[in-house]
Amino acid sequence: MSQTKDGTENYESAASRSDSVAEFDDHRRGFLGQVQHTLHANPSLVPLIVLIAAIIVFGLLLGSKFFSPFAMTLILQQVQIVGIVAAAQSLIILTAGIDLSVGAIMVFSSVIMGQFTFRYGIPAPIAVACGLAVGTMIGALNGWLVSRVKLPPFIVTLGMWQIVLATNFLYSANETIRSQEIEANAPFLQFFGTKFNIGGAVFTVGVIFMLILVLVLAYALRHTAWGRHVYAVGDDPEAAGLSGVNVHRTLMSVYMLSGLICAFAGWALIGRIGSVSPTSGQLANIESITAVVIGGISLFGGRGSILGSLFGALIVGVFTLGLRLLGADAQWTFLLIGLLIIAAVAADQWIRKVSA
Amino acid sequence: MSDSVPIVEGRGIVKRYGHVTAIDHSDFELRNDEILAVIGDNGAGKSSIVKAICGATIPDEGEILIDGKPVNFTSPTEARDMGIEIVYQTLAMSPAMSIADNMFMGREIRKPGFMGKFLRQLDRSAMEKFAREKLTELGLMTVQSINQTIETLSGGQRQGVAVARAAAFATKFIIMDEPTAALGVKESRRVLELIQDVKSRGIPIVLISHNMPHVFEVADRIHIHRLGKRLCTVRPEDCSMSDAVALMTGAMDPPGNLAA
Repeated sequence: MSQTKDGTENYESAASRSDSVAEFDDHRRGFLGQVQHTLHANPSLVPLIVLIAAIIVFGLLLGSKFFSPFAMTLILQQVQIVGIVAAAQSLIILTAGIDLSVGAIMVFSSVIMGQFTFRYGIPAPIAVACGLAVGTMIGALNGWLVSRVKLPPFIVTLGMWQIVLATNFLYSANETIRSQEIEANAPFLQFFGTKFNIGGAVFTVGVIFMLILVLVLAYALRHTAWGRHVYAVGDDPEAAGLSGVNVHRTLMSVYMLSGLICAFAGWALIGRIGSVSPTSGQLANIESITAVVIGGISLFGGRGSILGSLFGALIVGVFTLGLRLLGADAQWTFLLIGLLIIAAVAADQWIRKVSA
Repeated sequence: MSDSVPIVEGRGIVKRYGHVTAIDHSDFELRNDEILAVIGDNGAGKSSIVKAICGATIPDEGEILIDGKPVNFTSPTEARDMGIEIVYQTLAMSPAMSIADNMFMGREIRKPGFMGKFLRQLDRSAMEKFAREKLTELGLMTVQSINQTIETLSGGQRQGVAVARAAAFATKFIIMDEPTAALGVKESRRVLELIQDVKSRGIPIVLISHNMPHVFEVADRIHIHRLGKRLCTVRPEDCSMSDAVALMTGAMDPPGNLAA
C-alpha cells in the first residue's frame, strides 16, 4: 500500500480502505517474526551470515596467516570440485530429488577423457567432449528412470552410483594416468588447473568456472521460465503439471544438465589433482549434499537458492583450512560440519513455519 | 439465449475403464452467458464428463463441439490454448511461489529485445502489473503484495487467486471443480460473488458442486448427472432443492418435459 503524502487530504480514502487492508496485515509480527520472514524471502542469507562469521572468527584467531589473499583463494581452490558438483546437486534437490551418483559420474567422465586420449590416441578436446557427452547421457538415464518409470530418485541414483563406479573400475582397469604424462602429451586435459596470480591471490580456471557456473545457474533459476518450472516441479509436481508445466521435460533437463556439470567437474578434477585416477572423488556425493544442506536448500524441494550451495561449500572449506591452520585434529572439522548440517536443517524447518 | 449455438456441446459421449463405464452415452451442453451447475451423486461420473470436455480424458465414443465445431483434445493444455480454463479442486498452485509466478506458470512473458530473446529473461514487472490488474478487477487486491507466496494466503484468498488466474486467461469458458468445498461460510460467499462477477464479464462457467444451496444460488441451469449420463437439466426456479436431490439419487424420475 502506498503511503499518503498529505495526511489530511487523503484521510477519508485511507479510512475507508483500512478495514480491507487490516484483514491481511500481520501486526503481531515481532522482531523474531521479522527475522523469520526475511530469511524466508532470502534463503541464502543464513549460510552467507555463517560464512562471514566463520571467516571473521578464524581471521581473529589466526591473523594474517588466514586473512590473506593467498589463504582465501586457497580455500576457493580446495572447494572448486565440491562447489561444481554441489551446483549439480542443487538442481536435483530443488526438484525434490537427490543424486548419489554425482561423484561416480564425475570420476567416470574424467577417466573417459584420460583413457580416450591415451588408450585410443584421440585428440584431447574430442576426448573431453566424449567425457562430457557420457556424463550427460548418464544424467539422462537417471532422469528418464525418475520421470518416466517413476522410481524414487534415491533408489535410481543409489543404483547408478554402483553401476557407474564399477564400470569406471572395470573400464580403467584400476589404472592411473600420471600427471607428468598428461602434462607432456595432453595438457588440454589439465586446462582447469591453469593458474594465474592477481596480487598474491591465486586463481585457477576451475575456480573461475565454478563461480561463473553458479552465477549463470542463479540467473537461470531466478529469471527464466525454465528456472521457475524447476522450482514449481520441486514444490508440487502435480500442480505444476496441471498449470501447464511440462514436468517430464523439466526433470529431464535438470538431470541431463546435472550429468553435464558433473562431467565438467571431472575435467576440473584432472586440473586439480593433475592425474586421472579412478579412485579419486569418492566422497563427492556426500560432500555435495552437505554443501547443499548447509546452503539452506530444502531437501523437500522447491525452496532455496543455488548461491546458498556455494556458500555451503565455502563454509566447509573455511572450517577445514581454519582448523588445520590452528593445528586441530581433522576430526574436529567433521564434528563441526555434522553440527552445522543438523543446525541448517533445523533452521530450514523453522523458516518454513512462516507459512503455517 | 437458447436458440444460439451452444458454446460446448457433447453428444453421446462414452468412456470406459475396463468393465466400468464411467460415461454412458451422455450429452452435455453449455450455453453462452450462463452458469451451468453439474450435480450428481458420488461416482455418477460428473467429473468424468467434465474431464472429457476439457481434454483431461479422451472419450471412447461421441463427439464434442466447441462453438459448433468438432474438437479432439488430447490434453488439458490443448483445451487451454483454445481459451478453456479449469479451476481444480486442489487449485494446482505452487505454495512456495508468488501470486504472480503462479498466475503465469506455464505461460510466462519474456522481456522484449535482447534480454528476452537470447537470455530468455522473464518480464517480471509486466507479469506483476497484469496480475495486479486482474486481482483488482475482481476486487481481490486486499492481498498485501503480488509477490506474496501462496502459502501465506488464506483458503479463500487462494481460491480467489485461482479464479482470477482462470478469468484472466479464459476466452471461451471456465470449469470450476468444487470451488467452495474447503471454505468457511464467509469465504464461500466471497467466492460465489466472484463466480457471478466472472459470469457478468461474459464468460460462461461450468460449476461442479455438492453444495445445493450454492448451486441454487448461482446456477442458471442445473445438469443432473446419474449413472454415467445426463438425466435432465432443470432451472433452479422450476425445481426445489429436495427434488434435485431426489432426481440425483434416483428417488424420483424426471418429469417428461425435463428429460434430456
